[in-house]
Amino acid sequence: MKIVIIGDGKVGHRLTTQLSEEDCDLTLIDRNDIKLNDALNKFDIICITGDGADAEIQKQAKVGEADLVIACASTDELNMLSCLIAKKLGAKGTIARVRNPVYFRQINLLKDDLHLNMVVNPELTAAQEIEKVIMIPETTKVETFMKGRVDLVEFPLKEDCKITGLTLSKIYETLKTKILVCAVVRNDEVFIPDGNFVLKGGDKLHITAPRKDLEKFFTAIGQREQKIKNVLICGGGHVTFYLTRALIGSGRKVKIIERDKDRSVLLAEAFPEAVVIRGDGTDHDLLIEEGIKDADALVALTSLDEENIILSLFAKSLNVPKIIAKVNEESRSKMVQNLGIDSAISAKYATADLIISYVRARQNSLTSANVETLYQLVGGQIEAMEFIIQEESEYTGVKLKDLKIKPNHLVACIGRKHHIIIPDGNDHIEPGDSVIVVTKGNGMNDFSDLFVHKSILSA
Amino acid sequence: MNRRMVIYILGKMMGVEALLLLLPAGISLIYKEWDGSFFLIPASICLILFALFGRKAPADKVIYGREGMLIVAGAWILWSLFGALPFTMSGTIPSYINAFFETVSGFTTTGSTILVDIESLPKCMAFWRSFTHWIGGMGVLVFVMVLANLDKKSSMHLLRAEVPGPEKDKLVPKMRQTARILYGIYLGLTALEVIFLLIGGMNVFDAVLHSFSTAGTGGFSNYNASIAHFNSSYIEWTITIFMTLFGINFNMYFLLLLRNFKPVWKNEELRAYLGIIVAAVAIISFNIYTIYGQDSLRTAAFQVTSVMTTTGFISADYTTWPMLSQCILLFLMVVGACASSTGGGIKVTRFLVLLKSIRQYCRHLIHPKQVSLIQVSKRTMSSQVLYGVHAYFMSYVAIFIASVILVSVDNMDFASTLGAVLTCMNNVGPGLGVVGPSGNFSSLSVLSKIVLSFDMLAGRLEIFPFLLFFNLNAWRKKF
Repeated sequence: MKIVIIGDGKVGHRLTTQLSEEDCDLTLIDRNDIKLNDALNKFDIICITGDGADAEIQKQAKVGEADLVIACASTDELNMLSCLIAKKLGAKGTIARVRNPVYFRQINLLKDDLHLNMVVNPELTAAQEIEKVIMIPETTKVETFMKGRVDLVEFPLKEDCKITGLTLSKIYETLKTKILVCAVVRNDEVFIPDGNFVLKGGDKLHITAPRKDLEKFFTAIGQREQKIKNVLICGGGHVTFYLTRALIGSGRKVKIIERDKDRSVLLAEAFPEAVVIRGDGTDHDLLIEEGIKDADALVALTSLDEENIILSLFAKSLNVPKIIAKVNEESRSKMVQNLGIDSAISAKYATADLIISYVRARQNSLTSANVETLYQLVGGQIEAMEFIIQEESEYTGVKLKDLKIKPNHLVACIGRKHHIIIPDGNDHIEPGDSVIVVTKGNGMNDFSDLFVHKSILSA
Repeated sequence: MNRRMVIYILGKMMGVEALLLLLPAGISLIYKEWDGSFFLIPASICLILFALFGRKAPADKVIYGREGMLIVAGAWILWSLFGALPFTMSGTIPSYINAFFETVSGFTTTGSTILVDIESLPKCMAFWRSFTHWIGGMGVLVFVMVLANLDKKSSMHLLRAEVPGPEKDKLVPKMRQTARILYGIYLGLTALEVIFLLIGGMNVFDAVLHSFSTAGTGGFSNYNASIAHFNSSYIEWTITIFMTLFGINFNMYFLLLLRNFKPVWKNEELRAYLGIIVAAVAIISFNIYTIYGQDSLRTAAFQVTSVMTTTGFISADYTTWPMLSQCILLFLMVVGACASSTGGGIKVTRFLVLLKSIRQYCRHLIHPKQVSLIQVSKRTMSSQVLYGVHAYFMSYVAIFIASVILVSVDNMDFASTLGAVLTCMNNVGPGLGVVGPSGNFSSLSVLSKIVLSFDMLAGRLEIFPFLLFFNLNAWRKKF
């Protein structure tokens, strides 16, 4: 697949890293040739120095033959214009990053005229991720499948939890609710567990379950937590804007601390229900005066990773129940979780994930099953994919226990019309089903990759 | 919201009130009156409350502006509630509402009374009435700060809520030191007045009581005819001068003690204050010349300072004066004394700021892009202070209108209704008509008395701490 990426910023870099490993032919356009040289040394790609909206440059990058052009330069206008030119030059698909809330609001008016296949808004995506974690406070990360009907959630298992020390098959027997543990992270090592796997305290579990059953599950294992009502947000950028809109919409109380005068006025205008405080979010006295001790959640969204981490640690020392920090650098985000901060969220990763799953879906559009959504978990060590089974095949209608599935691959959930099935060996796959597959490592492009060789049936 | 700390400091305040209540009990021993025993019961109740709530400090001592305001408003209400008990228990004022009104009037240094025959009061009761003026004048929490060591961090929030004026200064870096200096000046001036009054032939008891009432700019006298009872031009002039002195910003005295005369001389508020007094005296003495003849200057001076400093002593029935004089007096009530004095009203600085805002806006209309600032005594008022002054004025008007409507239920004449509200909101004392110099507040309904008590407290605490006290949001958790 031929892909042209315009803009070697945070998202561009992440996309290059990911897609160059996946056997795509990449061309990277950016104005900064020092940065490009860097990329050229690291990855097996072509780099072109120049303005992404320049038709000559685009021709040089052979945009006309490209399957996909991804514009993620720093300005929205440039991205939209680049995509329009690329389309005129014959590119098959275009994706533009648009982050200005004003443009994004009216994007449906522009989308057709600009011939955009997809528009991504990093801040909105990040805000949605944070919102999900706030909605289900027991978890540290939430991914949704099947249009929000199924969640794949991550949460740490407490030492004294009812299900520690039990095998998974035993747990499934005792619990009334149907859930599936699809991955366990223990000391930085990832397991795709089978029925004999024994859980330990401190494990990070990834489970799939229908959203309505999650509450029951957490109650059953005694890890139910208070609903989050009061949210304190430090920093008033775009993520804050989208997050506040969502939180106020669901009836929560929001307090925002923002340093800049004009920005704080803008937020106060947009959200009369929220309390906007103008001040320095890293000022501990201010945080205490504004009641951080009574907050159910602290979301650190200032522009600096360092500030967000320090803020979160301070909140941790005051026992704020839920702490979420925006951390852009991957190495830092690992560190953050070791420090005991619940969730680290990066707009860059969220956006890159979205684009990559789109790329995968396009790649597979001609095979029998389409990739609908894709998420990378635990720093890319695990992938969770949702396939839609298009037609009858060798594997349809056969019980799962009779299929020869590769090790470290797991069918985590089946959606059939209005039913959500958490499968065991006796379930089977039908045409029209949505199937969620969890794998260790990546490289699963097609649904048939799930099975050992071409001999799909075992024995 | 640190509720425990609020309760703890309020508990401490009850302990201090217990001590204060013992003072009139001691007075009753001197004059061999039995009524003094009635002070012991409320004192012991206060002591029990102190023992329950005011002994052990909570772990989290940090409080902020809002707690400061709630503590101040709570303290004033509680002190008035318990300070009213001796009157009711001894039967001198049988109705508790009346006693409460009288005590609020005392602590807020208003001086409005519901008593018809003041002279029949036992001496200890009369002492307690005037003593509440003296304590309330400088502020009950400032008084507590002199006695007890409150938490250092919290003291500024308390001072800000209690000391009148749009801007609050400390005299010296240490809060407790500031409180001591203020009370030192206060005590010194009071003592000076006692001496001058003794020279004028007053007996010790009367001299102390009237000095207390003057110092707090209160206006309770132990005679039905107020200062007119003495019928002495020396006493009238002495009190006139001391009323004027107590209406001045106390920071000025501190500067004088430091021999720093220039800022006092240049102080715009002080000049305006004295200017208004001189102008009003001049106009009124001409206006009433036909009634009083050569006494008119003395009478005018006494009544103008009495009303302007919001003391409310009476040497003549001004309701019989020409309309011009009455209207000027009414206006002076609203203006009030200087900031950081013991007087009430809107305060001269606020009026200066308000008038200068008008000028600034006119200038803005002429030169829309001109950078024009509002300065008082060469100090530029920040937009926060200006905003505060405007909001204060607006809430003042709003409370005034609401109170007039509520009091008008009593169906008194227009002047009486208006006068009652104005005199209470500005902590003056006598109003017009029924509640004028020759009348009192006893004939008002219970509703009116409660509304006016509210007005007196709101006026003394400069509205916002008091409003916050009745705002549920202020009591809620922080978030």
